[in-house]
Amino acid sequence: MAPAEDDGAGKPKVLLEARGVTKRFGGLVAVNKVDFVLEKGMIASIIGPNGAGKTTFFNCITGFYKPEEGQILFDGEDLVGLRPDRITARGIARTYQNIRLFKEMTALENILVGMHPRLKSGLFGAIVRDPATVREEREAVERGKELLRFVGLRGKGDILAKNLPYGDQRRLEVARALASQPKLLLLDEPTAGMNPAETEEMMDFIRRLRDDLGLTVLLIEHDMRVVMGISDRVTVLDYGEKIAEGTPTEIQRNPAVIEAYLGRGGDGYGPA
Amino acid sequence: MNLFAIVRVGIRSGLIVGIVAVFIVLIGMVQTFAKRYLTGDLTLSMVILLAFGLAAGALAARQVTKSSPHLGHKVLAAGISGLITGVMLAALLFVISQVSLRDVLVNATPEMVTALSLGLPLSSAALTLVGMTVATAVIAVLYGLAPPRLRRALLEGLMAVILVGLFWEAIIGLDVSRLVMKFLGVKAGKVLPLPGAIGLLVVVGLATYLLRARPHLNTTPTRPKSSSAWRYISLVLIAGALAALPFAVGLFWSQTLTTIGLFTLMGLGLNIVVGMAGLLDLGYVAFYAIGAYALALFSSPASSLGLGLPFWVALPIALIFAAISGILLGIPVLRLRGDYLAIVTLGFGEIIRVLALSDVLKPYIGGPQGIMETPPPYFFGIQLSDPRYLYYLILAACLVVVFISLRLNDSRIGRAWIAVREDEDVAQAMGINLVAAKLMAFAIGASFAGVGGAIFAARQGAIFPMDFTLFVSINVLCLIIIGGMGSIPGVITGAFFLIGLPEVLREVDEYRILAYGAGLVIMMLVRPEGLLPSARRRLELHETEAEEGVAYGTR
Repeated sequence: MAPAEDDGAGKPKVLLEARGVTKRFGGLVAVNKVDFVLEKGMIASIIGPNGAGKTTFFNCITGFYKPEEGQILFDGEDLVGLRPDRITARGIARTYQNIRLFKEMTALENILVGMHPRLKSGLFGAIVRDPATVREEREAVERGKELLRFVGLRGKGDILAKNLPYGDQRRLEVARALASQPKLLLLDEPTAGMNPAETEEMMDFIRRLRDDLGLTVLLIEHDMRVVMGISDRVTVLDYGEKIAEGTPTEIQRNPAVIEAYLGRGGDGYGPA
Repeated sequence: MNLFAIVRVGIRSGLIVGIVAVFIVLIGMVQTFAKRYLTGDLTLSMVILLAFGLAAGALAARQVTKSSPHLGHKVLAAGISGLITGVMLAALLFVISQVSLRDVLVNATPEMVTALSLGLPLSSAALTLVGMTVATAVIAVLYGLAPPRLRRALLEGLMAVILVGLFWEAIIGLDVSRLVMKFLGVKAGKVLPLPGAIGLLVVVGLATYLLRARPHLNTTPTRPKSSSAWRYISLVLIAGALAALPFAVGLFWSQTLTTIGLFTLMGLGLNIVVGMAGLLDLGYVAFYAIGAYALALFSSPASSLGLGLPFWVALPIALIFAAISGILLGIPVLRLRGDYLAIVTLGFGEIIRVLALSDVLKPYIGGPQGIMETPPPYFFGIQLSDPRYLYYLILAACLVVVFISLRLNDSRIGRAWIAVREDEDVAQAMGINLVAAKLMAFAIGASFAGVGGAIFAARQGAIFPMDFTLFVSINVLCLIIIGGMGSIPGVITGAFFLIGLPEVLREVDEYRILAYGAGLVIMMLVRPEGLLPSARRRLELHETEAEEGVAYGTR
């Protein structure tokens, strides 16, 4: 177990720790020596202007990109170099900025695919349908329906994912991520494209994920009301570098953050 | 819509159909079909000529409909369209009857003149052609005006007449029809008699009209649940029909059935690779070849191994060889997607064939001479060389493969494949091991083809590299596209259409590739999901249409 170095409050349990993570694309340094600590049971946000390297950082954690330098420790073990499917199996699940459901599968099937790393049946089981496989499938479907209920999609299991309304698709993506029974959930702009009421609902939902399911949540978010409303910690990236870190109130007063957001004229993001 | 615009639509559609018609005549289709009688004195080439007129009329009417509901406008446009098509055909007839074009157009023979002139003298033939196309073009407009229910009845009646007419010789040649005719004491001629054709049209048309009382919907999201008793009865009936089939249809058609069965095996295998996992494999024939060669090597006493193992021992060996080669060929292409994968696999297919032909491997697998004396399978002492017996072996293999496909489709592995097809990156992020999923798809797909190849080798008694050309891969791919990608009944239907049909219509064989091309284009336009799509895919492709339909209806 890696010790938490920067937090003074006792000895909290660290779930995820990035040490000097660097990702380059040719000459461009997308993520530059980022250190990051995430404690168990927290809701943390990563914010930053467009192109700050937030999603790239996510992709490094999930193994989609391999960082050139640095370590990413999850439960004390280094994830760098592991394939994305292995990392998911270890307990990290994610959603995408632009919803990436399996559009032509039903809602329930999407969730069943999410359960893939937790199911065991192989070729033999699929063809022979031995009692163990039958039981496993039945339980998986039951649990899938439970997840649908949990995210508020009760009775919509047989609808093709692409035919669900936008908000439902977002929720289904979360349900699919939850299906792999993660310890850490990465949400990439979960409230993008939502109206204020839906956003409020999503915030409650994210809190429930932590409170009811005991998940640790890391999100990328542009909507400052969301970031300030639900985060325990906020990390700010700009041009691939971490420029600030702290509680939402600290971040709001941080001059470097204000400059990054407001100092550069048109290309920055403001609260919607 | 003013008169000028209507005339322009008519001229344009007439020219389009006219050009297509002249092309079809020049490639020799009309004269080839002149000897194929549909019913009475009506030949298939006449039907093709009539179809030109119908197409000209329908095309023009459709374009007018968009802007004008006026009947007169449609008739005018269709008439002009038909006139132009007819004039072009007449001009073609005139040119080829006066000038010999055979140096450049090999099909422009006197037979073409005869077929095109319908046996009439030149000038009246030209007039007849023009009159016929104009008349059929107008008929096409009137057909378009009929209520959908009547239209459907007419269409199905005509389809029935065309099918029965085309297959008349095949139908009366079946063992079972011979028995029936003997019993009834009638003798059937070589052509479907005209009264019979009219009777068929009326009966099928009426039946359609009465049975399809409700409007036909393309989407049925919830399948009607049939009672289990009814399901068992139909299952027993199907089983009985399948079991009786080879003896009902006789020796020749049994041979065709075995070919259809072999292609069904391959189609089901490729369906896993392409239809489920979305890995476009154009070199699928490689695994068929490997299965065939493995069986021949181990079972033929004349092969380089000379083991002469029995079929039932060599079959699993062939299966394992094919599966391993599926994995070996799969490894290098794991990172390739879509079109790149298609090109590389295309190359693999050719490499296997060229290797089989090459001098390097000649001492082992015989080069161009192939491997002779592959023994037929025995089943409890019965030699299965008669296609009627071999049919049962292939049927059994198909049933096993269908069963495995169905089970896989509805399993953790099947879902993983479909997820990979939908979005590879996300599938991996969901914890699916891409390497394992893809290699398993390749291996299972290859082993199905391997079994097919092994049975093929045993059926042929000898195999040669030229049995395993690219065309086999294309055939298999076409049949799963036409049948319906990812759908198991679709594969079987596709095999019957693409493999069975050319056997029945020998004349079509010459135009096989043309027919494939045209068929695929039409399928993609009219029914992109295939003839018998998987339920999921049917939903995908027609749901939007249904929604639009509802939206228009409420307006």
